[in-house]
Amino acid sequence: MGIVTPGFRGRPRPSGPELPPGQYLTEDFPVLSAGPTPRVPMDRWEFVITTETSREHRWSWTDLMALPSDTPTVDIHCVTKWSKLGTTWQGVSLDTLMSDVDTAADYALVHSYGGYTTNLPLSDLLDGRAWVAYRFDGDDLHPEHGGPARLLVPHLYFWKSAKWVRGIQLRFDDEPGFWESAGYHDYGDPWREQRYQGD
Amino acid sequence: MARAAVPGRLSWRVGRLAEARQETPTARTLVLDVPGWPGHLPGQHVDVRLTAEDGYSAQRSYSLAAPAEGGRVELTVQSVPEGEVSAYLTGVYSTGDPVELRGPVGGWFVWRPAGTQPVLLVAGGSGIVPLMAMIRSRRAAGSRVPFRLIYSVRTPGDVYYADELRRRARDDAGLDVTFVYTRAVPEGWPHPPRRIGVTVVNTNGWPPALTPDCYVCGPTGFVETVADILVALGHDPRRVRTERFGPTGG
Ligand SMILES: Cc1cc2nc3c(=O)[nH]c(=O)nc-3n(C[C@H](O)[C@H](O)[C@H](O)COP(=O)(O)OP(=O)(O)OC[C@H]3O[C@@H](n4cnc5c(N)ncnc54)[C@H](O)[C@@H]3O)c2cc1C
Repeated sequence: MGIVTPGFRGRPRPSGPELPPGQYLTEDFPVLSAGPTPRVPMDRWEFVITTETSREHRWSWTDLMALPSDTPTVDIHCVTKWSKLGTTWQGVSLDTLMSDVDTAADYALVHSYGGYTTNLPLSDLLDGRAWVAYRFDGDDLHPEHGGPARLLVPHLYFWKSAKWVRGIQLRFDDEPGFWESAGYHDYGDPWREQRYQGD
Repeated sequence: MARAAVPGRLSWRVGRLAEARQETPTARTLVLDVPGWPGHLPGQHVDVRLTAEDGYSAQRSYSLAAPAEGGRVELTVQSVPEGEVSAYLTGVYSTGDPVELRGPVGGWFVWRPAGTQPVLLVAGGSGIVPLMAMIRSRRAAGSRVPFRLIYSVRTPGDVYYADELRRRARDDAGLDVTFVYTRAVPEGWPHPPRRIGVTVVNTNGWPPALTPDCYVCGPTGFVETVADILVALGHDPRRVRTERFGPTGG
């Protein structure tokens, strides 16, 4: 336990679901982005998985819509301390997108429209734990929340769920992404409070 | 679970309130003594952790408002309605009391005093805090890079650092300050209250051809609006750095 701050009681805490350490519950949907919100025209949108041998697998928006989708209900945890429980999304599982991709890579570097990147182990994208999501709460995903499509990897801090996702590069090495190069954790497990490098 | 300290690891430090200043009826500047503070760049923030008697703790981020002076750091906290941490820091927290903090955090929303590009700062409400750190650092470093600040507030009484901004706008060569009032204007002001829009940014910012570095900070809606305007005016999105403080507000 940290040192006690005199006179701090915190807000009344009805017993509820447990949150990761240092997180608080919000009903809002705050936004964390490093710059302006990119606007991506649908007719030029594409999603590309590039393997370590430079093989490219591409999907247009129409291709993506034609794939079977899931509607996961998940908890999300932002490194700026808010958590939001029971959010419902619609998207295509990375298992589906990866099914024809032949790779021996261990890591993924995710790229977004607007230049954002984030890194994570490839295994964290598989086994029903990650999606390319295009609907939130029954609505098309709004641009400020990453629309038309974002990555959704809810078991890691939400900056790993890259907004405006445009592709994934599969790699043998773990290349730090945008926030990771600015001192944030390479893995980012909220339950182990891996916010910053060295946590 | 003990873990060896690795270089660059951000560990929790104890800070004590040395001094406090009321900026507005609802915003308070906290000057903290933090032994061993490693220093920081303007634009970076700290995580503050409060712990109650029963072990419950709450963490929030606060921008550093000024360059570090040895182990002294300054934060300015806006009290938000029903705010768990801000209400404590603006109301209860007293001189000599400890809080835990760690940082500095953030390597993107920073201005480096060695920078040479003109700078545009656009603040909404408490979003002035990290931008004020940039203005103060510019002066402290003797930088001559031209700065323009556009500062949107609800009413004249909501301006943080009001006297200092007035003085700096007069004395810091190359610093221009423009106010936008959204609810009430000072006596004799040439416009009725208005929200920030293309005209204000176009008139009081820099032309995109000068490739200025733009820093936009405030509530999410404000930052979205201003960042969109800057891109629409032709600024390179990669030169528009944003920090979003929270869901709602001025
Ligand atoms: C990188 C970063 C830097 C920040 N720097 C500063 C700073 O320099 N000064 C500062 O005052 N704040 C700053 N903030 C916001 C701060 O971290 C807290 O979110 C804020 O103080 C509210 O916390 P709280 O515990 O009082 O309110 P909570 O108990 O978390 O929320 C209470 C109510 O207030 C609403 N709310 C939460 N945040 C805000 C907000 N910012 N504006 C309006 N309503 C809100 C919530 O939706 C909720 O309804 C920063 C945030 C980030 C992410």
